[in-house]
Amino acid sequence: MVFHLFIPIITPMIGGALAVLFNRQRVVARAIALISVLINLGYGLWLMSVVPATGPLVAQGSGWLAPFGISLVADGMSALMVMLAALLMLTTIIYSFYSIDEQREHHFYYPLLLLLLLGVSGAFLTGDLFNLYVWFEVLLVASFGLITLGGSRDQLEGGLKYVVLNLLGSTAFLAGCGLVYGFAGTLNMAHIAERMATLANPGLQTVLAGILLFAFGSKAAIVPLFFWLPSSYHTPPVAVTAIFSGLMTKVGVYALYRTFGLLFQNELATYGPWIILLAGLTMVIGVLGAVAQMNVRRILSFHIISQIGYSVMGLGLASAAGLAAGLVFTAHVMIVKMALFFIGGAAEQIYGTGDLKKMGGLARREPLLALFWFLGILSLAGIPPLSGFIGKLILLQVGVSQQAYLITAVAAGTSILTFFSMLKIWNEVFWKKSYDDVNRLPRVPLGLLAPGAALVVLSVALGLLAGPLVDYNAIAGQQAFDRNVYITAVCGADGCEAVYRAALK
Amino acid sequence: MIILLAIAIGALFGGATYLVLRRSVVKLILGLILLSHGVNLLIFTMGDGVRRGAPPLIDASGQPPAGAADPLVQALILTAIVISFGFIAFVLALAYRSNQAAGSDDLDDLSTTDRL
Repeated sequence: MVFHLFIPIITPMIGGALAVLFNRQRVVARAIALISVLINLGYGLWLMSVVPATGPLVAQGSGWLAPFGISLVADGMSALMVMLAALLMLTTIIYSFYSIDEQREHHFYYPLLLLLLLGVSGAFLTGDLFNLYVWFEVLLVASFGLITLGGSRDQLEGGLKYVVLNLLGSTAFLAGCGLVYGFAGTLNMAHIAERMATLANPGLQTVLAGILLFAFGSKAAIVPLFFWLPSSYHTPPVAVTAIFSGLMTKVGVYALYRTFGLLFQNELATYGPWIILLAGLTMVIGVLGAVAQMNVRRILSFHIISQIGYSVMGLGLASAAGLAAGLVFTAHVMIVKMALFFIGGAAEQIYGTGDLKKMGGLARREPLLALFWFLGILSLAGIPPLSGFIGKLILLQVGVSQQAYLITAVAAGTSILTFFSMLKIWNEVFWKKSYDDVNRLPRVPLGLLAPGAALVVLSVALGLLAGPLVDYNAIAGQQAFDRNVYITAVCGADGCEAVYRAALK
Repeated sequence: MIILLAIAIGALFGGATYLVLRRSVVKLILGLILLSHGVNLLIFTMGDGVRRGAPPLIDASGQPPAGAADPLVQALILTAIVISFGFIAFVLALAYRSNQAAGSDDLDDLSTTDRL
């Protein structure tokens, strides 16, 4: 029993409450947000250093016996995600210091960010299906607040679509959750996994897996469930868009990995080819959607969808190696995508618009911004030696080794389209001549440049020193795909069913 | 009993789908409300002792007490009701504000963020 697993949940909760309390003292609220996130980051890093050796760590809520109470489980995948969530939140908070207006700060901006971190961390750590639903709602309600905070017409319109379509996805998840309980008679994930392996009636299992695929697919914005994303993500302030791009869809990906890696592993044989098909469509339609756009953040929003295709492809390959490759890629894309949003957002802030036609000439004016943008798009496209190259290379290697040639070819081809579409921003914003005098534009503050630059540097570092990340994720992928390790960690060597029977006697 | 519930759930889901597909924001929200009720009823049927055998309650002799229902689904529904109540309140407020900002209840007029 390791009760410190509650730290990444309790810290943002207390931090959020304190930040509400000290709402009027701007400096105090900022300090509280920063400290909470730093604690989570430190804990996440420590967790990542421990989990590969010890196997999944488990804590039982209120000390209840495993299949009856709510378990918290941290395996390699959870630890990685908890750490990344805190890291990305840290850069977002620093970026917010220099970009969020006082009005928003006074209207509980930092508490909402911490609430989002709370929901995300809880979703990554929980070992109970219904509890996962509750964490999803926590992070959703925080995101609802963040996306509509400010109340401009665009935000309200985009927010309405975001809210309604996400509520539909959540409702589907809730229905799936109830049906799983009706079928398996338990909500503990380890126990469900055990019973799914023994209970007959595979047809019903397929239906349940399909409902959860729909629910999490709509959260992860895979084709054809992505429409809420590009119509809302460009409306809130840049910092909010950036943290959404880093966390929201990735929670959906994590839930898909967990559902199909643990609960419905048998169904992966049925759904694998369909997931691969959806992944391919997501890659291509996402990147083609981006080609048509003429606004920095809307182009980047469509690229989120396209990149989700790669993460989901890792799942569709239906093996521990596939999950490991998907995790490496997901970690890379969370970092690089946010960096691009930060840098593109800084350019947007300088010009006061994100319209490509009205921008230009920034490479001469802000060479550092241009340099980091260019490194960022190289990484996103997958040019060696950046992290995108490693992520895609491993994914393509697994694809080839499992004879999934078509999706591998689509994934490789999409990279070229990605690079093309990113070059459009490069040409329009940084390279072409500006119609106005660029020297009249305000300089970019260091605070807007630094978070994006730091993430790009991290991407370069992950590309050059990829060994530890790849090794870590190989273990994480194995843990995520091995039901027995998870069940043993949660319920003991005899499994949950034995504990359940013993308790009933 | 389970047939009646199944019909009720089907009617709620059908009505919800119809309302969600209307162009009016208010009807869309009414659809969401119906949908959440439908799902709550669906979870309710999942706890039926008839379907799964025994509720997770036993008396001293190890037998489920007579006339006991599954308490877990009721706890789940209670949680879901609270969450959906909060969300519906939020969506109603959001719809009110967006109606003020856009001056229309028609979803076709709320497409400025989707235009190229």
